[in-house]
Amino acid sequence: MLEIPCPWCGLRNENEFICGGEAQRKRPADPDRETDEAWADYLYNNANPKGVVTEWWWHVSGCTLWFKIDRNTLTHEITPIEELPE
Amino acid sequence: MTRLANGGVVNRQRRLNFRFNGQEYQGLEGDTLASALVANDVKVVGRSFKYHRPRGLLTCGPEEPNALVQLLSDGDQPNLRATEIRLTEGLEAKSVNCWPSARFDLGAVNDWLSPIIPAGFYYKTFMARPWDFYSRFIRKAAGLGRLPTERDRGRYERVFHHTDLLVVGAGPAGLRAAQVAAISGADVMLVDMQMSPGGHLLFHSREIEGKAGAEWIAEVTAELKGRRNVTCLQNTTATGYYDHNMVLAVEHEPEAAWLRERLWHIRAKKVVIATGAVERPLVFPGNDRPGVMLTDAVARYVSRFAAVPGQRAVVYTNNSTAYEHLELMLSVGISVEQVVDLRATLGEAERELVQRNSIEVVTNGRIIGVEGRSAVRDVRVAGESGIRSVSCDLVCHSGGWNPLIHLYSHAGGKSVFDQESATFIPGEPVQAVHCVGAANGTFSVAGGLGEAAGIAGSLVEELTGKQLGSYSSRPEVAEIPYGINVIWPEKTLKGKAFVDFQNDVTTADIALAVRENFQSIEHVKRYTTAGMAVDQGKVGNPNVIGLVTKELGEQQGSVGTTTFRPPFMPVSFGVIGGSEQGQLIIPARTTPITRWNIAQGAAMDEAGANFRRPFYFPRAGESMDDAVAREARAARNACGIYDGTPLGTFELQGPDTAELLNRLYTNRFDNLLIGRGRFGLMLREDGRFLDDGVTFRVGPHHYLMSCGTGAAGVVYAHIDRLLQTEWTDLKVYLVNVSAGLATMCVCGPYARDVLGGVETDIDFDESFRFMDFREGRFAGVSVRIARVSYTGELSFEINVARRHALMIWTTLMNAGQNYGITPIGSETSGVLRIEKGFVSPGHEGDNITNPFDAGMAWIVDMEKPDFIGKRSLRRDLDLGGERQHVVGLLPDKHRALVADGSALLPDPGGSGRSGFQGHVTAACFSPTLERTIALALLKDGHHRHGEKVLISGLEQSCLATVTAPVFFDPQGQRMRG
Amino acid sequence: MKRFSIFSLARNALTGHRNWGKMWRSPDPKREYDVIIIGGGGHGLGAAYFLAKEHGITNVAVLEKGWLGGGNTGRNTMTVRSNFLREDSVPFHEMSLDLYHQLSRDLNYNLMVSQRGMITFIQSSAANRVALQMANTMHIYGAEYRMLTLDEVKRRIPIFDPSPDMRLPVRGGVYQPRASMVRHDAVAWGFARAADARGVDIIQNCEVTGVRQEGGAVTGVETSRGLIKGKKIGMAVAGHGSVVASMVGQRLPIITQPLQAWVSEPVKPILNEIVVIRSYYGTYLMQSDKGEIVVGQGCDPYPSYAQRGTFPIIEDATTSMLEVFPSFGRLKLLRHWAGMLDIPYDGSPIISKTNTKGFYIDVAGSGGFKTTPAAAKTFAHLIANDFPHPLAEKLGLDRFASGRLVQEGGVSANR
Repeated sequence: MLEIPCPWCGLRNENEFICGGEAQRKRPADPDRETDEAWADYLYNNANPKGVVTEWWWHVSGCTLWFKIDRNTLTHEITPIEELPE
Repeated sequence: MTRLANGGVVNRQRRLNFRFNGQEYQGLEGDTLASALVANDVKVVGRSFKYHRPRGLLTCGPEEPNALVQLLSDGDQPNLRATEIRLTEGLEAKSVNCWPSARFDLGAVNDWLSPIIPAGFYYKTFMARPWDFYSRFIRKAAGLGRLPTERDRGRYERVFHHTDLLVVGAGPAGLRAAQVAAISGADVMLVDMQMSPGGHLLFHSREIEGKAGAEWIAEVTAELKGRRNVTCLQNTTATGYYDHNMVLAVEHEPEAAWLRERLWHIRAKKVVIATGAVERPLVFPGNDRPGVMLTDAVARYVSRFAAVPGQRAVVYTNNSTAYEHLELMLSVGISVEQVVDLRATLGEAERELVQRNSIEVVTNGRIIGVEGRSAVRDVRVAGESGIRSVSCDLVCHSGGWNPLIHLYSHAGGKSVFDQESATFIPGEPVQAVHCVGAANGTFSVAGGLGEAAGIAGSLVEELTGKQLGSYSSRPEVAEIPYGINVIWPEKTLKGKAFVDFQNDVTTADIALAVRENFQSIEHVKRYTTAGMAVDQGKVGNPNVIGLVTKELGEQQGSVGTTTFRPPFMPVSFGVIGGSEQGQLIIPARTTPITRWNIAQGAAMDEAGANFRRPFYFPRAGESMDDAVAREARAARNACGIYDGTPLGTFELQGPDTAELLNRLYTNRFDNLLIGRGRFGLMLREDGRFLDDGVTFRVGPHHYLMSCGTGAAGVVYAHIDRLLQTEWTDLKVYLVNVSAGLATMCVCGPYARDVLGGVETDIDFDESFRFMDFREGRFAGVSVRIARVSYTGELSFEINVARRHALMIWTTLMNAGQNYGITPIGSETSGVLRIEKGFVSPGHEGDNITNPFDAGMAWIVDMEKPDFIGKRSLRRDLDLGGERQHVVGLLPDKHRALVADGSALLPDPGGSGRSGFQGHVTAACFSPTLERTIALALLKDGHHRHGEKVLISGLEQSCLATVTAPVFFDPQGQRMRG
Repeated sequence: MKRFSIFSLARNALTGHRNWGKMWRSPDPKREYDVIIIGGGGHGLGAAYFLAKEHGITNVAVLEKGWLGGGNTGRNTMTVRSNFLREDSVPFHEMSLDLYHQLSRDLNYNLMVSQRGMITFIQSSAANRVALQMANTMHIYGAEYRMLTLDEVKRRIPIFDPSPDMRLPVRGGVYQPRASMVRHDAVAWGFARAADARGVDIIQNCEVTGVRQEGGAVTGVETSRGLIKGKKIGMAVAGHGSVVASMVGQRLPIITQPLQAWVSEPVKPILNEIVVIRSYYGTYLMQSDKGEIVVGQGCDPYPSYAQRGTFPIIEDATTSMLEVFPSFGRLKLLRHWAGMLDIPYDGSPIISKTNTKGFYIDVAGSGGFKTTPAAAKTFAHLIANDFPHPLAEKLGLDRFASGRLVQEGGVSANR
């Protein structure tokens, strides 16, 4: 059971959260300008690295904040990277 | 009886009667089943798994591989270790896996068959017929104990605990670590799997700092108990080490009598593992005979339980620890016939000890055979002076020590081979784990105490900033220095020499596996099943690894170990999941009307998001079909009412709300007039249905969104995510108000009359148009009423604070009495939906449909600059190809039974198509149209209206005509009018 | 290849089993192969076997980072079944079951295919609908998937003893008679032995660290044992798909997630069928030939390569297991572990060419063990012919570009 560092609530058990996937997936500013290939890449593909990944987590059973952490997918080591948004 | 007159912790005043394998025996309070059996001279305690060889006790602890019993008293439990069962009055147990008895077991025929059933034989044969033909017999033979079929009545509890420092194991090292850490004031938790603290000091006398072992334990324990910052748990087994320093521990026999076991989830900042070590057997022919016991076990039975396992012993060893026990054995009258030492020379302390006691030692010795099938009679010893037989009734052996590094390994640690102690010890630290004492390969008590104090001191310093230096010294303990020389048995020896006792894996099996090119230790384990029995190889695995290494001709330690998988000891499923049963499993959500519905006899069904809703409301004598038909007719011809509370409702406010909605929905919401609602369709980014619902404009920057029950959570996540991660510039507050509101829907031609009959300041005349909503007082409370329809009828939805919901509901039921108001269930709503052809994301959406497929181009505004899913729709249009479209189906037979999910095939008499054409997404008998109707996904369906297709069901098939997906009031005059 | 049989066992007993040969060789890698398969699990070894057997391509190397079958082949719950939803999946999975039922004889290696049948409990009308949709689609492709009444469920599973206040009462079930349990390690070993006998080089402890390319086509792989040349490279590395595919710059529509499994202590036979309790958490369980109750559930809820899982999954599954088998409270969890699944967006396997010429991928998806023979066979076909096997035509990467996915029941995560 991971302990996820919520910037607002502190360390809480993973089952209060939902993992929101890779933070590098950023919605294109103007999807209409994307080629079919680029759009498919955005929709479906992941870097899915073995190692550190920056990802979104959502504290759904808590403060409902979406925040980013760096998490190592091999060791599960977590580094908080966000201060509380203003 | 072989019970000493004095000594041990047994209470000689309290005799306990028990039965084992059908025989009556007596033991003493304080005994385990195993020690009571030793005291009663019971040699055969079980049979092995494969060859059904008679087996005796090998150990005295939880690592015991042989003495697996079915506990018949206390609710019938399989596969318990006799060494772990506390003896109680009337206890009854029998050996597992033998028939008719442990002394005479027919399965022993396998021992004679053993030449043709070596390791992995089953991979090489039994292929002539399907495996099931053979496995019927094999399954019966496998399986050890018998699981009772009665429901487990035990009660369990799960608790969570946070601590600064967790110490696992209350042996000398663990006690010392806890003692030192506690001084700092940090929170310390000490868990230990035995009944009392002390670890191996409970079994072996040692003087520590001039005090007797027992006295030292008592002092330290008293000190710990006196501290408020220390929690001590006995009978508690730490079973697994998980991510971020979460340790699970099972507390057996907690103080609360009603509780069977308690599962602790312990989150610690630092963890000290002081779990000790278990003795390793030597590998020699006949090493599994009853009466062949580990040296440490003999000492434990004698000193703690005053039970003597034999009178004439041969001691066989490759290391110094066996010598520690010789004087104890002599002192209780065991004659040590001979010490057979594999090593060439003895250490000084050992030599002095045997000389002092005039014990004969054969150095460079081997035991090459053990005689006696159900009890040891003699052993054959090969030494420098030749081979001779030594008569004895007990063989004590010691092959060194295996540190219990399971928790370290669970935490992700990689063990390393220590050449000097010839064993695997913890390598680099991982997570916040620190191993001390024997668990760390430090086999001297003095060394372990020093190590524990040092580590505990530095850990609390890290945690609290306080310096504690004084405990780090190495205390005085009288002990023989540990020395070992592992010498593997020669291949030429005759007879089975076991490396895994429970699964009957022999040296020959290991050799065979290596010969067949299973070179990885994991391969050997899987091929021979070594280490995969109930004991998970606690005593045997290092021997397996050592032998494989030797067979491969590699340097010891070079092939690595198998992975230790949690749990350390088996854990009952009861304690893992038994505390949340029945309605607690995933608690159902209710609405203020739920009880009323149930009182009306509603058949309930899952409605999504853990809500249960009425499925239909059967009256006396009505079938489901009857009830649904009656409810549907009421909604079409009179008035229906249903509880829509499970639907999701969100408040959206802020200057950018209109923009947000424009981006979320496929259609526009910025041009919606205040006081009006609009049906909206929400897609996922991949262009597939997410949800639909009606959203109202309450004010210029204030909207109220409703969404489907099951989708409420997903929709909320979807919007909240976009607001917080993608469109952070949009100024919108999103609040989920679902839980505060109740929603009731009144529909049907008389809906207006029913509502008008209630005291209200809201006008329900023609000016209240379709998709209008109004706020006001209704039956004395504030409400929001919207004219929306999910049934195709004139329909009003009432939003009210939950506390008023039941009052409003009963008021409506009364007001509607003369209009035939009828509560309708979800099945009926489904019928009304199908008649109208309203697309349901969960049915017609099916994760593959886009709005064009569903004939909903009218709601998609491709001219908008952007909305979620738009780009994917364009891709669908550009790269299209043949797609499945939503259509209606009218079966030729008006009363055809069509099941949801039926597949569609081409009309055998028509078109040129072949193969799977699609499937029925929803079908029903329409009471209004008096015929079966269905909605379906059909390949190229938009262009096939009028064609026939075959609805292929499991039981019957029928032809149907493809139509537009709307069967009733296609213009929507009833709901709009 | 020396044939295995009861007679060969008896003959070898006379010599104390000292004359058994190696099941497969451990050759040093050659400089070049016609085909290099990365990954020595069931899929990779199977693909090599079918390349040799059906396409006559025997100059093949299978490169395995660790030991054969050490990935998901040796970590799954041994269940094979074909109850799927889509026209593009059902025949593929049916072929896999067909192959499994004949493989022991084809390979002359007993995979212990035990046809127990699988019963999925139906606990809501929504579950009923999905079962019917599967049953009807499967029916068209000749796969039997039969609806059972509650009484029929009780008759088949005598120990089924649902709690009277069950949160989601069991209404009935749906039954696939052909669902089976297969001895997982034997699949890797059997394929390895048969492939080796046909000349395939199986090279263990050989980690691929890079892929060489020239002009958009592969030319070989760099490994921990040196450069090995080959113009066709097949990737079958469940749990490491993204890692290996990234060596040719190929991003994949997958997430790697742990799937846990666990077993109880062995007990005498009490459960014949494979039982699925889908409605709470998707728990499934069965009793192995050895007597252990084997249990599994859906994936852990976040990506991971750690090969270990999170305990709440086991707690949830146990909760739902005890609701229907309350006597299991006294049964004990013996060990638990996790494999890593490469889960595609739509949950279906990917057997495909890539943007790099000569680089082929087999991403097993969420059901890698059950698809092993079918994936291996169609993958071999793709590698040999450079065009897909008819039953895997819809399983290529191109489905993601066009959005025509093979959606298998809401399996996509993290979106």
